[in-house]
Amino acid sequence: MEIGVLELSRLQFASTALFHFLFVPLTLGLSIIIAIMETVYVMTGRPIWRQMTKFWGTLFGINFALGVATGITMEFQFGMNWAYYSHYVGDIFGAPLALEGLMAFFMEATFVGLWFFGWDRLSARAHMIVAWLVAIGTNFSALWILIANGWMQYPVGAEFNPVTMRMELVSFAEVIFNPVAQAKFVHTVSAGYVTAAMFVLGVSAWYLLKGRHVELARRSIAVASAFGLAGALSVVVLGDESGYDAGLNQKMKLAAIEAMWETEPAPASFTVVGLPDREARQTHYAIHLPWVMGLIGTRSLTEEIRGVNDLEAEAAERIRSGIGAYDLLMRIQDSRATGVDPALVEEFHEVGDDLGYALLLKRYLDDPRQASEAQIMQAASDTIPPVWPVFWSFRIMVGIGLTLIVATGYFFWRASFRQMQFPRWSLRLAVALMPAPWIAAELGWIVAEVGRQPWTVDGVLPTALSVSHLGVGEVALTLLGFCLFYTALLVVEVMLMLKYIRKGPQDDVEETEEWMADHRARLSAEVVR
Amino acid sequence: MILHELLSFEMLRLIWWVLLGVLLIGFALTDGFDMGVGALLPFVGRNDVERRVVINTVGPVWEGNQVWFILGGGAIFAAWPPLYAISFSGFYMAMFLILAALILRPVAFKYRSKREDPRWREMWDRALFIGGAAPALLFGVAVGNVLMGVPFHLTPDLMPIPDASALMRFFGLLRPFALLCGAVSLAMLVMHGAGWLVLKTSGEVQARARRYGRTAALVVLAGYTLAGLWLAVGIEGYGYAAPPPYDGPSNPLIHPIVRGGSWLEAYGQRPWIAVAPAMGFLGTFMAWRALGRGSGGRASDLAPLGWSKMAIFGMISSVGLVMFPVVLPSSTDPGSSLTVWNASASHLSLFVMLVATAIFMPLIMAYTAWVYRVLWGKVTPDHIDDPKGHSY
Repeated sequence: MEIGVLELSRLQFASTALFHFLFVPLTLGLSIIIAIMETVYVMTGRPIWRQMTKFWGTLFGINFALGVATGITMEFQFGMNWAYYSHYVGDIFGAPLALEGLMAFFMEATFVGLWFFGWDRLSARAHMIVAWLVAIGTNFSALWILIANGWMQYPVGAEFNPVTMRMELVSFAEVIFNPVAQAKFVHTVSAGYVTAAMFVLGVSAWYLLKGRHVELARRSIAVASAFGLAGALSVVVLGDESGYDAGLNQKMKLAAIEAMWETEPAPASFTVVGLPDREARQTHYAIHLPWVMGLIGTRSLTEEIRGVNDLEAEAAERIRSGIGAYDLLMRIQDSRATGVDPALVEEFHEVGDDLGYALLLKRYLDDPRQASEAQIMQAASDTIPPVWPVFWSFRIMVGIGLTLIVATGYFFWRASFRQMQFPRWSLRLAVALMPAPWIAAELGWIVAEVGRQPWTVDGVLPTALSVSHLGVGEVALTLLGFCLFYTALLVVEVMLMLKYIRKGPQDDVEETEEWMADHRARLSAEVVR
Repeated sequence: MILHELLSFEMLRLIWWVLLGVLLIGFALTDGFDMGVGALLPFVGRNDVERRVVINTVGPVWEGNQVWFILGGGAIFAAWPPLYAISFSGFYMAMFLILAALILRPVAFKYRSKREDPRWREMWDRALFIGGAAPALLFGVAVGNVLMGVPFHLTPDLMPIPDASALMRFFGLLRPFALLCGAVSLAMLVMHGAGWLVLKTSGEVQARARRYGRTAALVVLAGYTLAGLWLAVGIEGYGYAAPPPYDGPSNPLIHPIVRGGSWLEAYGQRPWIAVAPAMGFLGTFMAWRALGRGSGGRASDLAPLGWSKMAIFGMISSVGLVMFPVVLPSSTDPGSSLTVWNASASHLSLFVMLVATAIFMPLIMAYTAWVYRVLWGKVTPDHIDDPKGHSY
């Protein structure tokens, strides 16, 4: 593959987005865990809970700084590297981004400063409310971003306008209540909750292994395991919902995830593992589970799931129809100055939905109307996303998700019914599992975004056309710049995280110890009685 | 939805042009002092305690302030998609540098005082300086380039194509007039930052802020005057030859604009807009005077910031008002230039966004004001030493 502006721009977007998402899930979950801890403090008045709140708050702050910093890039990169995309769908896509700023990010950023600096300036209750406002703001932020992303996967509530050459909003309600967006939102924030839970669990387990800050660690595990179990169950349920929605809409993505080359009689079997081979259009050494795929994808025993080959043939048909739409569009363009014939526009709207498929040909020639049969077949074959990355990313993600249900479930059980006693092997396991949710989250994005290829907006705008007209040198330079810069920041971040984890809680130490001593005395008195 | 017909397309475009200005000014007024404080940090803070005082004056609020920038980006994307697409890709390297500087800032704020090592702290102080000064300068350079026109054209499919080589797309930005605008912008935000420090600090730090702020105010006065003269004699303006339909489709190629005359002709057509530069001059002059007075209680500590707010409001508005209705002229193909009447989002989109803004903007103002009130008061060295103070 030739490396041009398109490939570099994609690499830059992918790497900056994946990097950003190293910090986001922890922020999503930790903001709530901290708010829960502070609420317990306000309700019980026990200083240990305030100490916990502040300790996890410090780690939250270190992580939050990088989440914010890398998020700035995301907001501007669409315009910088994806100019035609920004023009083409900005009328719909821009709104959720702006709303994210208005509704969510302002709230989160304004109150997070007050949370850190306001301990002595606010009452305990007011400070707790500020913690919740940060958490709500953070999670709302994710909602709007996933509404934007959901629209890229399933572009509802919009229509192409041949005079302004772009997609325009028809129904904002449809964009907001897009089922794909809603499922993705809950799936993603839940993944964040699991990430934060495993982080708190892992750090606390390490303290228990070292015999340090035992009281803080045990209570933290109690909160994190309950929160994490709920999150882990929700991730899988909503992941299933996403699968179902993909079956409704992104059939090609679903077929690629499953490496399902041929349409099988319903209900289709699920390929557990195997080696997908795009050239041969088959999956070698595949192990199948009968029926499962059909149930996930269609929730019925009779509906078929279409295979890659059939969908490719369908794409070729849509390309041919799209060429007709493109022809009408050109005629509308020619008559712009003199006044567009409404009958022409009417005619265009009948086939307008396939326009995007004709645009796939723009990679190969300027005027899709001149396309040869071979070019149409090539463009149809382009609609198949890279199969093995999504096939394997999906399987590893699901495997991790299921493992984490077991892990959080185990800790929840020990914390609730076994007097918060945790065997050493389980503590070691909790430390070892810390990176797992991050890996799953990143792979989840790979499934979602690589699986959407060759489109930026499914069926509407091809990725190859979305990119800005920049120089290879320019994009290479910024890509290199981001990589070096981000790597340096990551090193600093991890260094500080480790330093503050090693240091342990620094606030309210005496108060907490005094209270702990009293508390223990009270407990043993009760036992004696 | 029929509801959006309540406001005409023309009116919505006008409102969103005003809101674009509100966002840019909101950004300059709030995050502007953070940047000014960053640029002043090495000069007004001579030792670690002083520097921490300076940093902690903006410590709790910079994060919220910065959202004006993010929101500005999002709002331009939503309300003026072609403007978002063309300006950010056209200013590609400059945008990258601004982003890099702005990414450095949050990290520097959070991480600087987390280790005792003086070299560590010095490194982050430098980052804060760059994170403040570089964007302040580059935003001005961008404004200067917008006034002179940006080299791009639109294909019939409305795909923006830059008309300069990759190298010239960055170095071409550094034209003398644009650099002058950059200097004015930097000086303006330094003056604003000094105003903030006068309000939030005392003693030596405050005295130094007054001194540097006064110099900055003089630079603003001289630079803004010079830029005005330059616009009068050296730079061509853009405009419509015949009035376009105000509710026409958002396609610049249908009713193209032309180059010719001067931007300042706008003062002849709409004399009332002279209010904006007048506010700019008056605000800067009064800020200069107020910075020169000794510390004498709350009113005199508040005055420089108040006047510099007025100055910033006037100066930024003056740029928008002389250009109206043009928002982004093309120097190589004037017919591709973007205006209020040809580059907006659709009628429905503008309406939906306006409803959201009408609901949330007052809320944002209210809670931001509340947060500032809770955090009211000067930051002193005692504050910094207080282990319970949770300072940076």
